[in-house]
Amino acid sequence: MTHTFVGMPAFPKAAHDAVRDTTLRGNLRHATHTIRAKRAKAVAELEDWERLREAGKQIKDHTLRHLDRYLVQLEESVTRAGGTVHWAADADEANRIVAGLVRATGEREVVKVKSMATQEIGLNEALAEEGITAYETDLAELIVQLGDDRPSHILVPAIHRNRGEIRDIFARTMSEWGRPAPDDLTDTPAELAEAARLHLREKFLRAKVGISGANFMVAETGTLVVVESEGNGRMCLTLPETLISVVGIEKLVPTWRDLEVFLQTLPRSSTAERMNPYTSMWTGTRDGLTGEGDGPRNFHLVLLDNGRTDTLADEVGRQALRCIRCSACLNVCPVYERAGGHAYGSVYPGPIGAILSPQLRGTASEIDASLPYASSLCGACYEVCPVAIDIPEVLVHLRERVVQGGPVTRRGAKVTLQPAKGHAAERAAMRAAAFAFTHPGALAAGQRLAARTRRFHPRRLPGPGRAWSDSRAVPKVPAEPFRDWWRRTRGETGGDR
Amino acid sequence: MSSRDVILNRIRRALNGSPGASDGPGGSGAPGAEEPVDRSYLTEHGARSTEETVELLAENLADYRAIVHRSDADGLAELLARLLAVRGARSVVVPPGLDASWLKAADPVRVHDRAELTPQQLDEVDSVVTGCAVAVAETGTIVLDGSPDQGRRRSTLVPDHHICVVRVPDQVVSSVPQALQRLDPVRPLTWISGPSATSDIELDRVEGVHGPRTLEVVLLSGA
Amino acid sequence: MRVALFLTCVNDTLYPDTGRAVVKLLERLGVDVDFPSGQTCCGQAHYNTGYRHGAEPLARHFAEVFAGYDAIVTPSGSCGAMVRELYPRMGARARAEGRGESLTRALAPVVPKTYELTEFLVDVLGVTDVGAYYPHKVTYHPTCHGLRSLGLGERPTRLLAQVRGLELVELPGAEECCGFGGTFSVKNPDVSAAMGLDKVRAAESTGAGVLCAADNSCLMHIGGTMTRLRSGMRPVHIAEILASTEEEQLT
Repeated sequence: MTHTFVGMPAFPKAAHDAVRDTTLRGNLRHATHTIRAKRAKAVAELEDWERLREAGKQIKDHTLRHLDRYLVQLEESVTRAGGTVHWAADADEANRIVAGLVRATGEREVVKVKSMATQEIGLNEALAEEGITAYETDLAELIVQLGDDRPSHILVPAIHRNRGEIRDIFARTMSEWGRPAPDDLTDTPAELAEAARLHLREKFLRAKVGISGANFMVAETGTLVVVESEGNGRMCLTLPETLISVVGIEKLVPTWRDLEVFLQTLPRSSTAERMNPYTSMWTGTRDGLTGEGDGPRNFHLVLLDNGRTDTLADEVGRQALRCIRCSACLNVCPVYERAGGHAYGSVYPGPIGAILSPQLRGTASEIDASLPYASSLCGACYEVCPVAIDIPEVLVHLRERVVQGGPVTRRGAKVTLQPAKGHAAERAAMRAAAFAFTHPGALAAGQRLAARTRRFHPRRLPGPGRAWSDSRAVPKVPAEPFRDWWRRTRGETGGDR
Repeated sequence: MSSRDVILNRIRRALNGSPGASDGPGGSGAPGAEEPVDRSYLTEHGARSTEETVELLAENLADYRAIVHRSDADGLAELLARLLAVRGARSVVVPPGLDASWLKAADPVRVHDRAELTPQQLDEVDSVVTGCAVAVAETGTIVLDGSPDQGRRRSTLVPDHHICVVRVPDQVVSSVPQALQRLDPVRPLTWISGPSATSDIELDRVEGVHGPRTLEVVLLSGA
Repeated sequence: MRVALFLTCVNDTLYPDTGRAVVKLLERLGVDVDFPSGQTCCGQAHYNTGYRHGAEPLARHFAEVFAGYDAIVTPSGSCGAMVRELYPRMGARARAEGRGESLTRALAPVVPKTYELTEFLVDVLGVTDVGAYYPHKVTYHPTCHGLRSLGLGERPTRLLAQVRGLELVELPGAEECCGFGGTFSVKNPDVSAAMGLDKVRAAESTGAGVLCAADNSCLMHIGGTMTRLRSGMRPVHIAEILASTEEEQLT
């Protein structure tokens, strides 16, 4: 079973080890650099990219502004098409609903389409406690599940594994879960894909219950959309008798037409393809509106809150709910590339995870309070985001929340956060700096003192300064600051105020 | 209070005070009155003649490893018979509304996707031949909507070899926006762009996973 | 035109040579430049570390000090971006907090008048050949806020391309962040150092002797990394290259 993230250390500590793992660094560098160039090319094909990006942003913002109304409309549409809609305020409730639905079928195993929402709520672990086995069928999720590992990327959860490692995992563990890997399995990607095909095929063909998420839900029609590549999604969505989809409430779009934006921006941002190999769209059940007997007999939609409404309550932070989970921000992020996905302590790693996790979960834990700082604010994430989430803006906003505290919404209630502990020294330093910077005389005095003592400055700094000087030389303080030179050579202007 | 009410109330409180948002316990005001979405993006990319659009479809299908053939109405039956024979297909799924003349020259045993057919039985079938609802040139995509000439979704999923006949130029559109306009959202839809593939190993694309590993598209003209 | 040099607190304290180079360069181009000595810091470090409220008095101070000038020129992409991109945002946040328009009004006048040095040269003065001479092989690193927030684009490299004697070579992965990131460099030292190391290795691979950028804080990080690695390269601010002439060469 997939490990959970409880008790994760703060980001810098987790990253400390990851940075030194040369295999991991190599794997991530190779994968992210491969996809970066391809994405840029796929995006450049569309001359109206910036307009599509703006439209995607506007559609999502509009939906969020009327989220209550569109959710009710979706519920009506899905119900009319023969589906059943459930509402889950948090992870526990969603897990209880799904477990109950599976139990009611009498089945003991389910096949799963890759889904961030079910990862987020820890559905597999919850089902296991009920004696129900969930088989992940996406290739990367399978690698994670077989390897008893944690996901490290939104699109490719096993991105931290290279082909050799994947071969070893398949050879070692497939037999414990079903059909063993072929004896002569090599590490060529085509053979690895073939091994997964054979291993999962028997599970698809006998499955009675499928569990999925969804990339989009259309309020006006009740249509759900799953975008995928391998065909495992199609298997899970069409062959079982019962389909349960667990979907975050922000995955909504108002109209059918709105898909024309996201079906152009998502594949190009995500896998750098003009279009992904398979997209499934279904409305209700097989006997619902068309009555043509195609697909599952029973369809359940579980609408998940789990911190989303709290995120919605924050005017700056709510833009994170526009996310369509393309993972372009991960692929372009220099911090993600070096720290790896596990350091983020969440199923949502990378830049989007750094703004999503502390909002969905709050900033109480060590890891969540450290995530807003897991960025150099270089802005590459914002540049590639197909729904224009200003991730640096939200990061800085969440830093404020950590160091200053203030009003937030948790589980629907307004509460006032206290400033986080551990930032007291920094707060004092910032206050002192703010004093000097509003009193140029004090600043000048400090500069002169530094200049006069320059011969005694150490080359390596003590205490917290070591974080700088362990890897970088300390700049030499010049004999006189610029302002003294200016005064000496040009005379007084403006004056120290 | 039900979780439904809990969530809806949380949303209304969260949006309280935001411009144009929810206005009280009755729910948000009618959307659409405030600033509309700017849809100044293109409905298609580039200007092309009908022939050029079909050509672009062929190029993009091939780019994602679909095998593209061209035929007119007279040559179709022979072409399909040949494709099935080359593949060594012993059986082929035939959707209920497929033009009977298309497979008149083909040898394989016809299988009909009846409700009683189990997925395991379907897995024994070698090939499937279908029509399509619409094809998208810019993305190299064919879309199936479960019409009688296309059959249930599973019949184009489980067999490892799919031959899809696209009537050109009638069924070809340039772009995704144009395709969505033609489709009925109520029908079960499958958008297919090349054979199944994965990017899960080192973010590099490999063809051939769970869906049909061979996708052949016949561009049928003059029909 | 009354032109003020906003040198930034880092340059004032640690890199006075850059300040002298800007003055020399602008005066050579006929600009009468002033250094209002009341200037301190734009507040970027406070803002980006989460102390927005602490940054507000600094921003107000900045607006007061530079109020009387027609143009404010700064040799720092990130401090320029602080004024141009984030001052308006600070005003908007204050308004959202129910504190009215006062901050917005106080900061608004300096926002459109603030230029990063290469912007001022190319857009306002309309020059790309500044008469510089610098006989070295140079690679240019576009720092993030100049690149993405200000959109400096090709202005810096157009200026460098006109420098006599200078051989400009392309930096692989140029648009990747060097890993400085202000307090990021000490809050996440391992990742920051790893990014810096990769940046230095990429720069070394060009065979250039000089890595040039338009931001001394990034150069402090890159240069500090070069020193630790005993790299043969050295970091030089673009102002110092552009100020260098055959008669008065940069040493």
